[in-house]
Amino acid sequence: MAWTGIGALVVVVVLALFPYLVYAGTTTIMVQGFIVLTLACMWNLLAGYAGLVSVGQQAFVGLGAYFVLILALHGTSPFAALPVAAIGCGVAALPLWWLVSRLRSGYFAIATWVLAATVLLIIEKFSSIGGGTGMPLPGLSGYDPTLLTADTYWAGLAVTVIALATTYLVLRGRLGLVLTAIRDDEVAARSSGVRVGLARMGVFVIAGIGCGAAGALLAISQLQVQPTSVFSVQWTAEMAFAVIIGGIGTIEGPILGTIVYMVLQQTLQSYNAWYLIILGLVAIVIALFARRGLWGLVDDHLHIRLFPVGYWLWAPGSRGRPGLGLRRSGRPS
Amino acid sequence: MVWVNDIIQGILTGGLYALFACGLSLMFGVMKVVNLAHGDLAVIGGYVALGVITVTHVPVLWSFVVVVPIMAALGYALQRTVIQAALDRGALTTLIVTFGLSVVIEAGLLQFINANSHSLGVGNAIITSSFSVGSQIQIAYLLLLIFVVAVVVLLGLQYFLSSSSYGRMIRAVADDREAAQLSGVDYRHVFGVAAAIAFGTVALAGIGYGMYSQFAPTTGTDTILLFAFAAVVIGGLGSLWGTLLGGVVLGVAQQIGAQINISDEVLAGYVVFLAVLILRPQGLTTRKAQS
Repeated sequence: MAWTGIGALVVVVVLALFPYLVYAGTTTIMVQGFIVLTLACMWNLLAGYAGLVSVGQQAFVGLGAYFVLILALHGTSPFAALPVAAIGCGVAALPLWWLVSRLRSGYFAIATWVLAATVLLIIEKFSSIGGGTGMPLPGLSGYDPTLLTADTYWAGLAVTVIALATTYLVLRGRLGLVLTAIRDDEVAARSSGVRVGLARMGVFVIAGIGCGAAGALLAISQLQVQPTSVFSVQWTAEMAFAVIIGGIGTIEGPILGTIVYMVLQQTLQSYNAWYLIILGLVAIVIALFARRGLWGLVDDHLHIRLFPVGYWLWAPGSRGRPGLGLRRSGRPS
Repeated sequence: MVWVNDIIQGILTGGLYALFACGLSLMFGVMKVVNLAHGDLAVIGGYVALGVITVTHVPVLWSFVVVVPIMAALGYALQRTVIQAALDRGALTTLIVTFGLSVVIEAGLLQFINANSHSLGVGNAIITSSFSVGSQIQIAYLLLLIFVVAVVVLLGLQYFLSSSSYGRMIRAVADDREAAQLSGVDYRHVFGVAAAIAFGTVALAGIGYGMYSQFAPTTGTDTILLFAFAAVVIGGLGSLWGTLLGGVVLGVAQQIGAQINISDEVLAGYVVFLAVLILRPQGLTTRKAQS
């Protein structure tokens, strides 16, 4: 536990020094990685822990970007607007949850998608925020370019660290236990007094905040907001594929998945849509044949957990792998 | 008179939407598969039709004779391999796999064909002409034809499922696949047949849409999947009658929306969808699942 904390701190400090160490091109690419990782963390909470397969998280990416744009048009600095936009997306998640919460599984998935399409159509009706074509983000023109790149990077790092820390704390806390109980046996959890709907709503709101923060970051890093691009279902594809490839239902999975995603995207970016084709095919193969993802493979062979959210339970007299039926996670603590 | 015209046009367009929704509804009813690649498969149907017409010069209206069997075979093959494998692993995997298929198909079409829009049967007299009823109502032959096809397909399927012996077998497998298995039914094969039927209707939807409008790689999700889903939910889950009604309600809502403000056509449809979701989540028809 202590080692995890120290290790994480060292990694964050080193990453925070990156703007002094590497070229601006590298930090710009890393901001993209931060956006994908934040989104992946949120989708992992939704699908991996709360059983909510949302295909409409682009609604919050888009709303986050637009909240930053609206605040910036009223004179707020986009960086100061970022946390406000994220909270705004959390508030917006409540009525949206009310609309889709009665649907389950596949119907929930497409309903969130329709909802995202509806939000896009409504946003496009307001010509003061760019209508159907979007507009450049004001409020950053006086910025020194080097400083802007560095500040965007630090904002991205902060958002990602908060997203990872939130996931970790949620899973170690009461909500995590409730979600585990629901995942293992929903009926039993319900009859033991677990408020299933409330727990799911909590995750949906947290995911709304996280995806909103990522959307806000997207607006700042692109210096413009274009409706069909911020509301594109491709965001959900990217977050879902990163989670599936890395390993759904683990905290480490999205990190590993995001790295794989970024490597593929950067290597294949000159070949147009190829990276999405390959990512999609890899995700399908992993979903079918290695359901715990790449991290699951690592975990099976090395028994590593970077973020322990459970406890080892050793069967009496056994060494190595714990026995069947025992929850396996983390180091002995 | 303008409103009467809107409602008539809406009902006719609703036939097309019901055709979109038919395969989605059938696959959910029988296999409990929510196929997120549904719309993209319809677009593939459109491209296959385009290819068939270009190569063999069959008239566009007869292209379904070739395209429907091709898509049905694809449906059977996909169901017996990828979709069945996903089903065996649970609902989450099924969603992920069909979503993955959707993204791969869309990106693949962009990569290997192009982003241009295509249309079927340009310049074909039957497709572009219409007849007048009274002074203000113009009815396109094409829309009327699609509506008739949709009604025949949906009611025919409903009849097939409720009255034929193979339909009874499909319903038995949908209700309890283990019990059906014990009675000597190979449920995997039956699922494959159901998927083949669903993909056949998907092919019709793709051809119909290609003649009615234009399709591009992104049409599958932007338009077909979401409209199909809205129609299914408005009508009530799992009922083919309901799906037809849902398509018609969606079509009328869109036409009325377009009459109020031309840019609100799609939005009006979604607003009705959300209203149904809030006020009547079981859909407009309360009848139990038939399939």
